[in-house]
Amino acid sequence: MAKVLLEMKSITKTFPGVKALDNVNLQVEEGEIHALVGENGAGKSTLMNVLSGIYPFGTYEGDIVYDGEVCKFHNIKDSEKKGIVIIHQELALVPYLTIGENMFLGNEQGSKWCIDWNKTYAEADKYLAMVGLTDSSKTLIKDIGTGKQQLVEIAKALAKNARLLILDEPTSSLNETDSRALLDLMKKLQREEGLTMIIISHKLNEVSYVADKITVVRDGSTIETMDSKNQEISEARIIKGMVGREITDRFPKRHDVKIGDVMMEVNNWTVYHPEFSERKVVDDVSINVRAGEVVGIYGLMGAGRTELAMSIFGRSYGIGISGELKLRGEKITLKSPKKAIKAGLAYVTEDRKGNGLVLSNSILRNTTLANLEGVSKGGLFIDQDKETEVAQEYVEKLKTKTPSVEQLVGNLSGGNQQKVLLAKWMFANPDVLILDEPTRGIDVGAKYEIYCIINDLAKAGKSVVMISSELPEVIGMSDRIYIMNQAKIVGEMKASEATQENIMARIVGVKDESANAEAVDADSVESEA
Amino acid sequence: MGASKVKNFLRKYMMLIATVLVVIAFYFITNGQSLNPDSIDRLISQNAYVFVLGTGMLLCILTGGNIDLSVGSVVCLAGSVGAIIMDNNLPWALAVFVMLFMGLLVGLWHGYWIAYVKVPPFIATLVGMLAFRGLANIFLKGKDVPVRNKEFMNVFGGSDTCYVPDFLKNVGPELTIRGVTLNKTCIVFAILLALGIVIYTFINRARLVKNGYKVDNLAVVIVKTVLIAAATLWFGYKLACYRGIPTALIWIALVLGIFAYITTKTTLGRNLYAVGGNEKATRLSGIDTRKVMFSAYTLMGVLSGFASILVIARGQKSGPTVGVGFEMDAIAACFIGGASAYGGTGSIGGVIIGATLMGVINQGMNMAKTPTNYQKVVKGVVLILAVLFDVLMQLKRKSAKKKKAVKVITTEEGGAKS
Repeated sequence: MAKVLLEMKSITKTFPGVKALDNVNLQVEEGEIHALVGENGAGKSTLMNVLSGIYPFGTYEGDIVYDGEVCKFHNIKDSEKKGIVIIHQELALVPYLTIGENMFLGNEQGSKWCIDWNKTYAEADKYLAMVGLTDSSKTLIKDIGTGKQQLVEIAKALAKNARLLILDEPTSSLNETDSRALLDLMKKLQREEGLTMIIISHKLNEVSYVADKITVVRDGSTIETMDSKNQEISEARIIKGMVGREITDRFPKRHDVKIGDVMMEVNNWTVYHPEFSERKVVDDVSINVRAGEVVGIYGLMGAGRTELAMSIFGRSYGIGISGELKLRGEKITLKSPKKAIKAGLAYVTEDRKGNGLVLSNSILRNTTLANLEGVSKGGLFIDQDKETEVAQEYVEKLKTKTPSVEQLVGNLSGGNQQKVLLAKWMFANPDVLILDEPTRGIDVGAKYEIYCIINDLAKAGKSVVMISSELPEVIGMSDRIYIMNQAKIVGEMKASEATQENIMARIVGVKDESANAEAVDADSVESEA
Repeated sequence: MGASKVKNFLRKYMMLIATVLVVIAFYFITNGQSLNPDSIDRLISQNAYVFVLGTGMLLCILTGGNIDLSVGSVVCLAGSVGAIIMDNNLPWALAVFVMLFMGLLVGLWHGYWIAYVKVPPFIATLVGMLAFRGLANIFLKGKDVPVRNKEFMNVFGGSDTCYVPDFLKNVGPELTIRGVTLNKTCIVFAILLALGIVIYTFINRARLVKNGYKVDNLAVVIVKTVLIAAATLWFGYKLACYRGIPTALIWIALVLGIFAYITTKTTLGRNLYAVGGNEKATRLSGIDTRKVMFSAYTLMGVLSGFASILVIARGQKSGPTVGVGFEMDAIAACFIGGASAYGGTGSIGGVIIGATLMGVINQGMNMAKTPTNYQKVVKGVVLILAVLFDVLMQLKRKSAKKKKAVKVITTEEGGAKS
């Protein structure tokens, strides 16, 4: 058995309101590639942030034993000194600086008072060769593609004398060829440099291709570690570990809801990324929702769900949008959120604080923001009595906990903020509500109340599209489920037929729907995706 | 609970209290001179432009801490054109119209670039600051142009006669206190206003109670109303001791009233706050945020035009250096009055307090014969203190919230264990 390079012992990390990590143990041997897998929010990134000192010593409980000694990292510089380098999912490169400048940013070569540019570029070229990049280190970052940028990140890490390299979703923005090249590079670095690596990934085919050991993280705990060096681990096996929790009656039942005609229909919807205009973020998607129906859209982060919703909602995201949108059977073009709201659409945003609410304003003002016409004379002069009445009504209806409607939304808890956001859109009186992650980051009790509100909406004949990355929620709340992955709809099923395993299997591209599917080797999965 | 109430009270009224304290301090420093009727009268007339420009600046700042650097130059440009028109013996009404119209044009110009082309406001208005002053100087040929039109000055507050005439002078007996004959119109007006405030407050409260809304404690309301009414009466008395109501005061009150209404009771006002608080959320709520930005700068332009009228009437001339530094006075008034540098919060009431405080400090220091350069230093210190207070209050609130959240977790854990 090889030497243990890193051991994280009973790590517990709490944020206000949530326990992100609960007694987590992780052991990494020198020279291995160790994969961390788990659903969104399972705690993988939090664990790595603890390890790299982003959450400093003292803000978590437990010990980090690295290279035989207990480490107390107070910031990222401390961990880098020891050779632990993390590469984040979002690349941290400055576009208008050269590759060389980026690689030695914060680690400048030369004396204290003068940067030695010759040395910088010579060193940079050396490390670039190591990762197999032939571009000159004087090229600007903005002039090379994302695949190469990812390689620059790795070269940058190597230049810091990394012994333990952490890659957080390194292939999430890469195409097939670049992804494969990156994985091969990882294997090469392991072989030739003896580098130890931890990779976080959603893509199970990549994980089984590259990893020697796989640790499954679920709900803030490490569930199991599988050794894949000597035996093949099937993806179905990993999936079982990832989702393996029971669905209890955390979801209120809907009774006597009549599902009516098709209310909204989207056909062949394609959207391109606003900055990288050749990248499709939504690819030929067709979905529909009926009156009184709750349709779930499940997918991992970055699958294109939010992009789909926002592009439908008055083209508030993306460029080059094509496809057909039908409301109540009629073809319609919505060019702005204003028109979308008028047509009876509502989009309850994913990011409450960023895109949803005006935190510096009161509950009252937030409630009426999307429908000020409803409380004003001639759309100009606000009737404040009526406005108070409306806000009061929704506070009572949704059981928002607040001393008064004048309370600033920024002072409310996550669950209550979500209720204010829902109130805003309910007051706009839409026919179709698109709810984007309606229960993210709120506690179980508030979640249940939100589910009840969703049920009431369906009962009132509204069409609800619920985007979520929580499987139990999607299965428990929807009538019908669309599964989205890499900009495409990869499956549609009735909620009654859905299980966590067969939905996950669609995501990772396993053809057989049953949970006991045979292991599929990495190559065929890749061609599938 | 008590401590947090005190904190809230301080937060809300800190600058008002500071203003009162500063007024009292200068009263003693200047041996009572600073509260003489003529001093108060001058305070209003000299600072009229700060109130008007501060109001416009507030609209821009609300949309996200955006400022308008050009207002001083716009005042100079519009004022110069107005002065030249009157100097050529054309009717003053035409001059007024042209000045307002020029302000509007400037506002539309800025609004277009900022809202629709997305030029950063700082740059768009910096361009205006340079270009409009240059343009003004071209029109003026580098020389002062006097304003001699008496009627114009009477209406907008320039010469000795720019007061509301004492209509009631010959009604009833002469009012004299300590040998000073009072302006009866002014007194009557102040009494009516104070009464109006009291009556409105209680009728409104009764209505709210009837509809079952939450209202403030009755005692608090009474104290507040009595204080406001008393201040109104005292102010009216002081003005009555001098020459009565300055016309400039009427114009300031009109502008402040209209924009207090716009910011609190109209959808446009609501949208200004929403855009500044969270532009993305506002856009996704179906509000055309570009139109909101455009409106803010357009109104700022019109108000700059209006300020130019008051400025040339008061100065009885226009010249190349008219309006230099006005933008800074307006910005400072907003921030002292509690507007957030990131947008989304602030009020007309704050602008009134900010402008008054600055005016009081200016005048007090002038009377105390403080050298000009020291005056500038003091003004800078006041600005940083005002903003610092706000920042500290917010930091405290945040840390208090964090502590509370941690407490919740620990109690939850305790519960789980037991």
